[in-house]
Amino acid sequence: MKSVMSGAKNDDEFSPSAPSFYDVLSDRGVRWIAFGAGGIVVFLGLYIIFEIASAASPAIKEYGLRFFVDTRWDVSRQEFGILAEIWGTLYSSLLALLIGGSFGVGIALFLSQGYLPNRLSQIFRLVVEMLAAIPSVVYGLWGIYVVIPALRPVAAWLHEYFGFIPLFSTSLSGPGLAPAVIVLSIMILPTVAAISQDAFAQVPQKVKEAAYGMGATRKQAILKVILPTASSGVMGAIVLGFGRALGETMALAMLIGNVNQVSLSLFAPAKTLASLLASNFPEAGQVELAALMYAALALLFITVVVNAIGAYIMSLSKKQEAI
Amino acid sequence: MNMNASVARLNDSVGDETQRNEAEVAIDAKINSIYYGKFRAVRDSHVPIRKGEITGFIGPSGCGKSTVLRSLNRMNDLIPIFKMDGDVHFMGQDIYAPSIDPVLVRRHIGMVFQQPNPFAMSIYDNVAFGLRINRFKGDMDERVEGALRQAALWDEVKDKLKQSGLALSGGQQQRLCIARAVAPGPTVLLMDEPCSALDPIATRKIENLMHDLKEHYTVAIVTHNMQQAQRVADTTAFFSVDISDGQRCGHLVEMGRTNELFENPREELTRKYIRGEFS
Ligand SMILES: Nc1ncnc2c1ncn2[C@@H]1O[C@H](COP(=O)(O)OP(=O)(O)OP(=O)(O)O)[C@@H](O)[C@H]1O
Ligand SMILES: [Mg+2]
Repeated sequence: MKSVMSGAKNDDEFSPSAPSFYDVLSDRGVRWIAFGAGGIVVFLGLYIIFEIASAASPAIKEYGLRFFVDTRWDVSRQEFGILAEIWGTLYSSLLALLIGGSFGVGIALFLSQGYLPNRLSQIFRLVVEMLAAIPSVVYGLWGIYVVIPALRPVAAWLHEYFGFIPLFSTSLSGPGLAPAVIVLSIMILPTVAAISQDAFAQVPQKVKEAAYGMGATRKQAILKVILPTASSGVMGAIVLGFGRALGETMALAMLIGNVNQVSLSLFAPAKTLASLLASNFPEAGQVELAALMYAALALLFITVVVNAIGAYIMSLSKKQEAI
Repeated sequence: MNMNASVARLNDSVGDETQRNEAEVAIDAKINSIYYGKFRAVRDSHVPIRKGEITGFIGPSGCGKSTVLRSLNRMNDLIPIFKMDGDVHFMGQDIYAPSIDPVLVRRHIGMVFQQPNPFAMSIYDNVAFGLRINRFKGDMDERVEGALRQAALWDEVKDKLKQSGLALSGGQQQRLCIARAVAPGPTVLLMDEPCSALDPIATRKIENLMHDLKEHYTVAIVTHNMQQAQRVADTTAFFSVDISDGQRCGHLVEMGRTNELFENPREELTRKYIRGEFS
């Protein structure tokens, strides 16, 4: 190769060379390592699902679909159902999403649309991101020692005067849905804020200029142009926040009260799938273990579906930007 | 048009002023300096934009044409490091006076950008945008159709008004942006190289359009294309940039009737530039 190429040129001139044996080898090596790492992740995921499903199979055979409409979790009678847990999981996550999601999007707008000087908004951003670094158990302790005592008089007052509204139909006697939801809202806030901030940052400058150039006020530009343009990214952020709320275990197990019931009341204790798993595993016998595995499978299914929807919506927003 | 109180205030003062001196000049920009941070981008330029005419801005890249144009409707306020020393009178009112809301200025002085930038909404909603934010109460359909006709786009889109504005071709998008800008009825239209992303046919369409726009609006247009300036502009302003003291500072060299400026420029710099001896 080299001799052919260098024929026309001066011999001491630099000329391109073919990749060496070592280059080729290391290139292939890196490719295989990447491929292998990806493969292991996929394999692990499938393996976990398989293991859980096979451990759950006695319970699946025994309880079938009845498992999802039964509220009892009775170890002595060996009657198991997770309706109350599914309700608790979805209810607490949706409420947390309502609070944490709207605050998260609001904070993202506040930090990305020039309401604050640059330096200050960076500090704010750091603080919000640090919320994600606080361990779940710390949130749980904070909930027990700060949120519940602070909430109790409010709950008592609401129950006394507005008890006819189903949301306030019980009083707060300690742990319950409301403190769990408040803490959960704070826990998902950084997720929603960070991802929707990215979505707002991806709104092209020329679109913002168009809005302001038309004489839009900042509020009009945000509500009518920037938010709709970033909507799919924001939706993705909300769905991923929801996924995070569904799977949260420790803080909820500490705060929600772990009582099997389906109630609309914000102050009643409840139970989630994750907290059921965390609290019942250590002492479960064989039959209960299979039922717990079945519950784990249900939780896995819900979170996978929610995250897949989130990822899909985010990919839509990427496509839209390509135009 | 239906507008809020502050709009009415500016409208009143605009009205008073016009009565007082029946001004020929729609925007009178007297710029001493424009800074981006510490960098002085433009100096000593007095640029009067005559009413009912098309004023072309030409000059080499980086001489501050866009900067000057964007300072005419306070678009530069969006850039935090922007600072201007000078004043810009819009029909007698200093638009940089502390009491004036830049939002209001931009509602009177519309803008069309270099890159077509329709919103991710339907063609109809794009055109209606300015009317809606101005709380227009009249016949929306009629205004939208009128604006699209003015932008020579109506026939191409009348059957798909509900479709996304992003689904149009580049040239159509740019005409959509023109329709969007004229729909709320601004007094002045600023255009920053509106044809630079377009092919010659689409360019011609927009040039023809500008002749029609002149009947209703005052237009200022930045262009890199000197033939285009000669075709569309009544008055031409030539900007240049001096690099002498190590800084690149743009300034107005001369401004005059387009044919005079091209046939018989007063300044040597202008002569060189239009002969292509300098870029
Ligand atoms: N946002 C900004 N921040 C800092 N400097 C800027 C900014 N916009 C423009 N400038 C500087 O101001 C000077 C004038 O820029 P401007 O965009 O007005 O030139 P122009 O004449 O429009 O050039 P072109 O013909 O290439 O569009 C340039 O030196 C440019 O680097
Ligand atoms: Mg420019």
